[in-house]
Amino acid sequence: MADPITKDPTSYLSHLELGEPDKTFLDSNELIINMGPQHPATHGVLRVILKLDGEKVLGTECVIGYLHRGVEKIAENRTYTMFNPYVDRMDYVAAVSNGLGYCEAVEKLLNVQAPPRANYIRVILTELNRIASHQLWLGTHALDIGAMTPLFYTFRDREEILKIFEKYCGARLTTHAFRIGGCQYETYEGFEADVKKFLDFFPPKIDEYEELLTTNRIWVERTVGVGKISAADCKALGVTGPVLRASGVKWDIRKALPYANYSEFDFEIPTGQNGDTYDRYMVRMQEMRQALRIIRQAVERIPEGPIMAKVPKVMKPPVGEVYHSIEAPKGELGYFIVSDGSTQPYRVRVRPPSFVNLQALDIMVRGALVADVIAVIGTLDIVLGEVDR
Amino acid sequence: MLDYITSYLGMNTTPGQAGNIFWATVYILVVFGGVSVAVMAMNWLERKALAHFQIRLGPMRVGPHGLLQPIADAIKLFTKEDIIPAEADKFVFWIAPLIILCASFTVYIVVPFGPTHAITDLNIGILFMLGVSSLSVLGVVMAGWASNSHYPLIGSLRSSAQMISYEVAMGMAVVSAILMTSLNKTGTGTLSMIGIVQAQQEQQVWFLFKFFPLGLIAFIIFAIAMVAETNRAPFDLPEAESELTAGFHTEYSGLRWSLFMLGEYAAMIAVSSIAVTLWLGGWMRPFPNTLSGETWDLVFSLVPGLSFLGLALIAFIGVARMPKHAYFRIQTIGLAGFGAVLGLIGLALFAPPVRDRIQDIFWFVAKVAVFMYLYIWYRATFPRYRFDQLMKVGWKVLLPVAIGVLILTAIVGVIF
Amino acid sequence: MPEDPKSPASPPSGEPKVPAGKPVAGAPAASAEKPHAAPAKPAGPAPVPWESPMVTKLKRQYGSGMEASTYLGQNYLVLDSSITHEVLQILRDEEQFDYCVDLTAVHYPSREKQFDLVWILYSFARNERVRVKTMIADGEAFPSSVAIWPTANWLEREVFDMFGISFDGHPDLKRILLPDGWRGYPLRKDYGIIQQDQEWVQINLGIESGQ
Repeated sequence: MADPITKDPTSYLSHLELGEPDKTFLDSNELIINMGPQHPATHGVLRVILKLDGEKVLGTECVIGYLHRGVEKIAENRTYTMFNPYVDRMDYVAAVSNGLGYCEAVEKLLNVQAPPRANYIRVILTELNRIASHQLWLGTHALDIGAMTPLFYTFRDREEILKIFEKYCGARLTTHAFRIGGCQYETYEGFEADVKKFLDFFPPKIDEYEELLTTNRIWVERTVGVGKISAADCKALGVTGPVLRASGVKWDIRKALPYANYSEFDFEIPTGQNGDTYDRYMVRMQEMRQALRIIRQAVERIPEGPIMAKVPKVMKPPVGEVYHSIEAPKGELGYFIVSDGSTQPYRVRVRPPSFVNLQALDIMVRGALVADVIAVIGTLDIVLGEVDR
Repeated sequence: MLDYITSYLGMNTTPGQAGNIFWATVYILVVFGGVSVAVMAMNWLERKALAHFQIRLGPMRVGPHGLLQPIADAIKLFTKEDIIPAEADKFVFWIAPLIILCASFTVYIVVPFGPTHAITDLNIGILFMLGVSSLSVLGVVMAGWASNSHYPLIGSLRSSAQMISYEVAMGMAVVSAILMTSLNKTGTGTLSMIGIVQAQQEQQVWFLFKFFPLGLIAFIIFAIAMVAETNRAPFDLPEAESELTAGFHTEYSGLRWSLFMLGEYAAMIAVSSIAVTLWLGGWMRPFPNTLSGETWDLVFSLVPGLSFLGLALIAFIGVARMPKHAYFRIQTIGLAGFGAVLGLIGLALFAPPVRDRIQDIFWFVAKVAVFMYLYIWYRATFPRYRFDQLMKVGWKVLLPVAIGVLILTAIVGVIF
Repeated sequence: MPEDPKSPASPPSGEPKVPAGKPVAGAPAASAEKPHAAPAKPAGPAPVPWESPMVTKLKRQYGSGMEASTYLGQNYLVLDSSITHEVLQILRDEEQFDYCVDLTAVHYPSREKQFDLVWILYSFARNERVRVKTMIADGEAFPSSVAIWPTANWLEREVFDMFGISFDGHPDLKRILLPDGWRGYPLRKDYGIIQQDQEWVQINLGIESGQ
């Protein structure tokens, strides 16, 4: 039973309504082109099969699963605490958010509340991670469209955030920053000073990125009107995050169903109007500024107190299920945990925002040109670790 | 024999016009050698400048500050395996880069580095340059076809479509500059490259500033079209890596690919020379009329020497900043030697006989160098145009404006 | 007495470091892994019945096949498999649950109806989230929700891939994360943690051991 990928690539394309296989590509107007899984612009191991009529895209099919590691199966064989580090590896760009979602879901199951100081630390680190994730997105997206320079600027500035993470928990990328019940590590000496320094350092950098791109005529022509998706389509397809907000829906889990202590902070939800790539770009830039606002409020008001709630060393949550979701930089990241009363979860289901957002790729590129497919994949901000788990 | 060799000296025409084969050959070798060195220098400059735009250093190891990097690249490319696709049309595959190379290099026979410093001066100079550089489109199509793979074919068709589209706008802009050459006492214009610069000299204005802003607009159109002509950013969709079709030179490896690269850079320098000749006054020093007279002539004639001394100074500052570690000793010595050579050239350029001859060449090369830097700057800053937008710009924006400028130049030329 | 081979660094018995209260005290009662060990806490959270106008309306129509409860503040409905598809349609059309957040399954091999299918739905207009559960047997196919929410397309494919549950009416039901020719459904409880489809691996990756 050989793998059809290697033997017959067209078997994947049932829903693209292929006719007879083409004799030579010049005989018919339609062309099947394969992008990936190794491709500089697909942000990981993603394979996209395009059916083209000349330059126009008639249909796409995404083939995923190249990075499937069976995280949900692993969860059933580890205890709740042991599973915590695995969670970072899914959306490895925004690892802190993943950890936050998981810890809060288990805390819900255990019916414990993280203490206020822990919540403040969690919010600060999560918002810093949001900025870092958006910076990586901006650099790679601009690179795909052809602007090489913002990549280097964003990565250089991202270093400041990663330095803070490293000083806090020892890791830059897969941080495992939080524990069930609060935070493990107390903030290091000079944490607030570092964060405040970052708050002063960063706004001119966002201005720098905007100067390079926002009014750049070529950027505008490449992104305005490209990859449009309406609000109704977004809701129907379950697309969340900046993509939904750029289509005009003012919805953010931090405001709609607040978690941690987001209800104590004053921030806005940026939205767009047209749901095209340019609006998604503007929404994410504004989100970076709003994240700075939240961090500024948080760092000024951190209370003293314990950082860890009283959780038993061996956690056996009572039998039941819980679903908890957070606003990750990419969309709604949800954890559905089923407990059977033992130390190991019975089922952990991760609701990955990138997986659901990637479904919308087909709708967004119908009728667009090939070069736009790459722009749209970039603008969806997918991380294959999360799509495949 | 010797008379024949020396007969050219003291003449005030180009060797081609004088019919002196020996000196023509010497000039050809000098110019082609110079262009090849310029291409290597351009390769180095591109990597370093692009790196500095992106807040990183670029090549630093191969030679001090990466100065020997182009040589290392050349050695690498020469020693690579020569892969020819199995079903490829071998003859066409072999000849395509040669056509591009020949087309790009042949245009240098009319490029005027000075009033007599050119290989020859055809009386249809500019027409010859535009015509021969268009032949490289043939090489591009041949390269895509011979690769026998549909990505290069699509890439080459796009590339050639782009090149021929922008040639039209280029041509229109060139014609409006040629019109300006006819605004002299005799009322006859000229297509010869040296004649165009002399027309600017006679009319005492660089065509850039003539009938302001018409000359400027024509120059801008040409400047944009020449970037698209040479497939450089922001018009480099056909050869960008992150796009689907990787370009017509995908299947070429090693030496053959380096021939494409050589041809591309040579074409860049060639079209920049056209721009410099037509609008920027060719070999004339800046402000030939506002700052005229003996003293200003002297001051400007010192600039070549001073600029080389300045480069030598930068090299010595680099030497001072080198880490004081045994590992860097060879690099430090090399950089110091390089600085010393530059300094000696600078000093040599102060000598009066050398000064007078070198002036024109220096100013011409300096202006072309500014364009080279602009090419790199565009690449660092701008995203890429999508192909349909690229064609739209060429046909719907540049061409109408170019025709408009042409008509207005003609009208204004008649009136004034 | 090492009771729990998989719990983190469990020290040998009788250690003083164990914090007071809770499950370790109950550990001696569990000499083997029991999936349904009762918590030691006396007043633990328990599902309470969920009252709401929507529930009342649905109960009037489907009273027998449904149960509505709340656990830890999260509302959920447990429905019979025969009425689930209609109720989902009603939830989308009349109750404004226009966003299907997630669709997943849980495997209980010891139960007669082995699979729990879970839909998590959200309503933008009401800012309300609800969970809908149903139970189906192994081998039983279920009507697809793609017509109700297009989100369900890939979500159902993943459930099919991981559990083997077929959805009738799905436009393109095939594996999504695992390769097409893979045999076995990994998230079922009878699939080992390091088990792989050895034949597929041998043929396609050329690894002799199949691992």
